[in-house]
Amino acid sequence: MEALWEGLKEAVRLIAEGDVELRDIALRTIFVSGIATLLAMMAGVPLGYGLARGRFRGRTMLLGAVNTGMGMPPVVMGLIVWLMLVRSGPFGDLDLIYTKRAMVIAQFLIATPLVVGFTAAAVQSLPRDLPDLLAVLGAGRLRSLLLLVREAQLGLLAAIMAGFGAVVSEVGASMTVGGNLQGNTRVLTTAIVTETSRGNNDRAIALGIILLAMAFLVNLLLTMVQQRRVR
Amino acid sequence: MTKQRFLLTWIFALLLVVPFVAAACGGDDDDTTPEATGTAASTPTTAASPSPEPTKIGGSMILATTTSTQDSGLLDVLVPIFEKQTGVEVKVIAVGTGAALEMSAKGDADVALTHALTSEKKYVDSGDLVEGQLVMHNDFIVVGPKDDPAKVKGATDLNAAMAAIAPVGPFISRGDNSGTHTKELALWKAAGIDVATVKNREETGQGMGATLNVADQKKGYTLTDRATYLALKKNLALEVVFEGAAPLLNIYHVYVVNPEKHSGVKAAQARAFVAFMVAPETQAVIEEFGKAEFGESLFVPDAGKKVEDLGK
Repeated sequence: MEALWEGLKEAVRLIAEGDVELRDIALRTIFVSGIATLLAMMAGVPLGYGLARGRFRGRTMLLGAVNTGMGMPPVVMGLIVWLMLVRSGPFGDLDLIYTKRAMVIAQFLIATPLVVGFTAAAVQSLPRDLPDLLAVLGAGRLRSLLLLVREAQLGLLAAIMAGFGAVVSEVGASMTVGGNLQGNTRVLTTAIVTETSRGNNDRAIALGIILLAMAFLVNLLLTMVQQRRVR
Repeated sequence: MTKQRFLLTWIFALLLVVPFVAAACGGDDDDTTPEATGTAASTPTTAASPSPEPTKIGGSMILATTTSTQDSGLLDVLVPIFEKQTGVEVKVIAVGTGAALEMSAKGDADVALTHALTSEKKYVDSGDLVEGQLVMHNDFIVVGPKDDPAKVKGATDLNAAMAAIAPVGPFISRGDNSGTHTKELALWKAAGIDVATVKNREETGQGMGATLNVADQKKGYTLTDRATYLALKKNLALEVVFEGAAPLLNIYHVYVVNPEKHSGVKAAQARAFVAFMVAPETQAVIEEFGKAEFGESLFVPDAGKKVEDLGK
C-alpha cells in the first residue's frame, strides 16, 4: 500500500514538473495509437457497413472471422507482424522493424476487426428498409450513406473507442514490433514494463496514471460527442 | 451493386492515404538522439570520453543483447556516447542471450552483445558471428531470503550450495534461454542434480529484473548477475547467499553478425560498435559505471585480456 502511495506522490511530482521523457512517451503513445485508430476507422467502417448490408456468399463466414479477430490476442498479432517485418521475413527489406511505423501496422491490424465488428452491429441495428426509404425520399447515394452513418453514429463512436482503447492499452505487440527503444518506440505500456523490471515502481505508477488519465480524456471526449448527438 | 462499388472506392482511397501517413510518422523516427544524449550528459561518466573523433558513419543498426546490460542501465550510458561519436542510431533489443543469438543467426541483428560462452561458440562455429571481442565481466551470485531456510550460506563450495537448495526450494529460474538460464542449468548439472527434482523450481520466462521480483515475493532462491541485483537491491529483501566460485564468472563478448553470410547486415556500423566497446575510453566508462550509485563497479572491463585469465 505504501508503495502505491509513494508512487502516486512521485507521479504527481513528475507530472507537475513536466518531466520531458514522460511527456514525450505520452505524446508518442497518442500519436502511434491515434494514427492506428484513424486508419482502422477508415478501413473498418466501410468494411463493417458492407458486411452488415451486403448480401453475398461467405458473409457469415466473414462475420465469424471478424468476431474472432475482435478477440485476437494483441501479442499474437505482434508476433505475426514481427515475423513479416523482421529482416529474414518476407518484408524485411522495407526496414520497418523496430519503428513507429511497424507499431502503427500492428495496432491497425488489432483495431480493425474491432471497428468492423462494432460498425456491423451498429448498422444492423438500424431498420432494414431505411436505405430504401431514403431512396424513395429522393436522397442520392452519397447523401443516403451519410444519413445512415448519422443514424448509426452511437455505435460508430463506440467502435472508435473500442479500437483506440484496445491499442493504447496493449503491450505485447508494441514490445515485439517496436522493440521498446528509448526515445523512439517506447510507449506508455512498454515503459511501464521497463520501469517495473528495473524496480522503479514510482515511475511505473506515474506512467500508469498518465495512461489511465489519457484513455479517460479521449473516451470522455468521444462520449461527449456521442451523447450530445443523442439529445 | 452500388454498395460494393462504394466499398472499392473507400479501399482505393485508403491505399492512397497510407503512404502519406507512413511518411508522416517515419519523419520523427530519428528524434531520438538529442533526448538520449540529454540523459547521458547528466551522468558523471560521460565526461571521460572526448575521444579521437571518428568520421560520422550515420544510419542505424540493431544490437541484440541481454536484459542484464539493459536493466542495469549500462547501455543507457554507452549507447548515447556511441551515437554521438558516429551518428549511428542504435536499436537496442534486450532479450535473453538465446534469443539474441538466434536473431543474429537469422541476420535479424547487426551486433550481438551476450554472455553465454558455450552457446556463443555454436554460432561462431557456424560462421554467423564473427570478429568477437571480450568486453567485460562481472559475476553471477546466488541470492535468497534473509533467513536462508536451505542453509546455503554455510555451503563450502558451489556444488554444495546447489545441493542445499535442491531439497528445500523454492528456486525461481529465468526459464528463457538466457545466458543466466543456461548458466543455472549448467550449475545443476555440475552438482549432479536433475533439474526436475529441485523442489518448487519455477520458471518465469522473463528478464532478470522481473525474475528477482518474483523470487523476492516467493521468498525463493535465484541465480542472478551481480549488476542487475545491485541495481534493484533497494526494492529487494533478497541477500547474497553464495558467491565467488570460478564457474560463476559472467563474461560478455561482442560480435559482428557475419555480413558475408547475411546480406542485410550493416557491416560498417556493426564494426564501429564492436570497436567502440573495446576502445580504452569506453572501457574506462564501463569501469566507472555504478561506482557513484552502488559504491562498486558493476562490470570489470576486460578488453584485450584472455578469458582464461579472468578472475585470477
